[in-house]
Amino acid sequence: MNAELGQIALILALCLAVSQAVFGLVGAARGWGNWMAVTRPATVGQAGFVALAFLMLVSAFLANDFSVQYVATNSNSQLPTLYRVAAVWGAHEGSMLLWAMILALWSGAVALLSRSLPQGFACRVLGVLGIISAGILLFILLTSNPFSRILPAPFDGNDLNPLLQDPALAMHPPILYTGYVGFAVAFAFACAAMIEGRLDQTWARWTRPWTIVAWLFLTTGITLGSWWAYYELGWGGWWMWDPVENASFMPWLAGTALIHSLAATEKRGLYRSWTLLLALFTFSLSLLGTFLVRSGIIVSVHAFASDPLRGVFILGLLATFILGALTLYAMRAGQLRSSAGFELWSRESFLLFNNVLLIIAASLILLGTLYPLLLALLELGTISVGPPYFQLVFLVPVIPLLGLLIVGMHSAWKRARIAPLKQRLVGIVVAAVIAAVLLSLLFAGRMRTMVLVGLFLAIATMLSALSIPFDSLRRRLPVPRGVVGMAVAHFGVGMFALGATVASAYQSERDVSLAIGQSANVAGYDFKLTDMRMVEGPNYVAREAEVIISDAKGRVVATLHPQKRTYRVQQNPMTEAGIDVTWQRDLFVALGDNLGEGVWSLRLQYKPLIRYLWLGALFMALGGIIAATDRRYRTAGAREATGETVPERA
Amino acid sequence: MTPRQKRLSAVVLVLVGVSVASLLALRSFRDSVVLYYTPAELAAGKATGKRAIRLGGMVSKGSILREPGSLTLRFEVTDFTRTVTVHYTGVLPDLFREGQGVVVHGTLVNGEFMADEVLAKHDEKYMPPNMAGKTVPRAGVTQ
Repeated sequence: MNAELGQIALILALCLAVSQAVFGLVGAARGWGNWMAVTRPATVGQAGFVALAFLMLVSAFLANDFSVQYVATNSNSQLPTLYRVAAVWGAHEGSMLLWAMILALWSGAVALLSRSLPQGFACRVLGVLGIISAGILLFILLTSNPFSRILPAPFDGNDLNPLLQDPALAMHPPILYTGYVGFAVAFAFACAAMIEGRLDQTWARWTRPWTIVAWLFLTTGITLGSWWAYYELGWGGWWMWDPVENASFMPWLAGTALIHSLAATEKRGLYRSWTLLLALFTFSLSLLGTFLVRSGIIVSVHAFASDPLRGVFILGLLATFILGALTLYAMRAGQLRSSAGFELWSRESFLLFNNVLLIIAASLILLGTLYPLLLALLELGTISVGPPYFQLVFLVPVIPLLGLLIVGMHSAWKRARIAPLKQRLVGIVVAAVIAAVLLSLLFAGRMRTMVLVGLFLAIATMLSALSIPFDSLRRRLPVPRGVVGMAVAHFGVGMFALGATVASAYQSERDVSLAIGQSANVAGYDFKLTDMRMVEGPNYVAREAEVIISDAKGRVVATLHPQKRTYRVQQNPMTEAGIDVTWQRDLFVALGDNLGEGVWSLRLQYKPLIRYLWLGALFMALGGIIAATDRRYRTAGAREATGETVPERA
Repeated sequence: MTPRQKRLSAVVLVLVGVSVASLLALRSFRDSVVLYYTPAELAAGKATGKRAIRLGGMVSKGSILREPGSLTLRFEVTDFTRTVTVHYTGVLPDLFREGQGVVVHGTLVNGEFMADEVLAKHDEKYMPPNMAGKTVPRAGVTQ
């Protein structure tokens, strides 16, 4: 029964999404109050029904209802309860339903929290969101129904892919989707502003907190994915430039550019048409990501069994949304004229550079991601674009970006005074140079120019970010939340750069073959294989090694137990790495195969400061939380509507 | 500067940035593009030169030979028309086994493939590109 109830809830949600779109857009266009009054309830109702459908799927998983095809393919009666819930988004159909539910919840949140906005504007925003929801729900109902039954029902299910049976990965899709689906709100605000012709800076102020929240979820989601790949895939890498990773990273870059250009638009009324365009592009890149991942056009860990109809359908949706929005933009862009002036040396300029560099990085990554697909489509051969390309096109814009960030954070709007800036930065630069040299001597005893540049930029960014709130506190000036958020997020950027630089430059890795009692040396640490045994988990058996690690002085620093698991149902072997974590480094052991004659293959790795890159990313997200909860966003809408002016703050 | 000049300089700046970036991209593209071949294409002599390439196919049944106690092994990759011998030293991915799809990265030396990287995709339904649609005895996966 649950599956049928879920199906009906989805159909009702589709009807409500359509009415949300029609009543919202037509009502606002004609100024019909009673039509507009329907929009909010329709939106909340849509969210409720999609959530109900989602819960029905969850309950089918919890009840082990294997007559539902999707449950039978992705679950098993032995699967632990937590992973039975996570299995809901473990494959294509369920993850699309999760996508739809998150969009519906965002729409519901906009409906409930937009009462301070003018009614017509709020209705247009909800109307645009309704069109997107309707498209996605139609896609689910027509091509990817998670509720279809199989008869006769199998006795037991095919189990969840063992790789996905992990706490970080159970949380990764919901958080990631909350991020990139959340950009739909910025997209809808931009469309509504264009439809209404309200192209002043008010829409930017209303959009900003929504965009920051979406961005911080995306940041967290990508971080979780990277961390999971590091410990679960058994190769110890944290970013592979896999097309699917790029699919989430491109919206992140565009979204980062967007939150910066929104700042300039809100505060100074600048770059208005660019900000609109960026809001459209950011969500378009999210949709493109969905297309790349869900159409099965890319073969990777994330791409599920492919069905051409699905690809065509998502491509159709993508084209409709993007072309529709761009047409609107083409009609409106001519009305935009920036009047505000600014000097070259000002925060405005720095934000402009930030945007140019981020967008260059995003476009080149897009090029590298789509190029192989294009060639394959034209039957010109099968190629892949390797990580060296992506590393180069990412680092080339990012190095000047960090340099500009160090200075830009301290620059005022309109026109920055150069003398105090110099005074403040000299100390930071000197301290960062000394710290960079010391760090590189500490880790390698020798210096490489690129590493020094990386370390310098990372440390200077962290110091520069820290100095902003501390400077204000020292002078007993109030520090607004927005500024604290900015400082914390940029501190995170520096921390990330520090971790990424040191981990990539000074890591060492060895594949070795060891018999019990033998040892191997990596980066001054002695890894000794001492034992090998079988252990049993809830739904797997594992071969477990014991590796005792001692440092150069012979002191034991860690005992690790890497495993090679075999899950009972799918029978696929799975590496569960053993990792010892301290503030300075990770020691990583992955167990390979039995090589015969009592010898085992092991991958040993030493990764200095690698934790800092994830921690840095979490600091960026934390900065987002602090900035988005600034009180002025909660009161701004109301004041705007009554014509009161909002005091400017830096 | 007048607003007009300012706009103009911004546009010029963006254009310069974008063209420098695309130049860089194109240059590194040449070096980073890795061509992909099937065993039949290799046999037909399509891969020339010393550049690293990728080879995809199925690991032939019973072809995995390992020097006991060593990380070095050889196996055969087939597309059911031609077969290429692959040499590799290192830890193998979890899903590497006979009869499964595999993609190897490395160079072709005297008709044999010296791999520096072995990728087995984390899905038993995975087929290497250009293999889909071939009549392959697949492992029975109940769906």
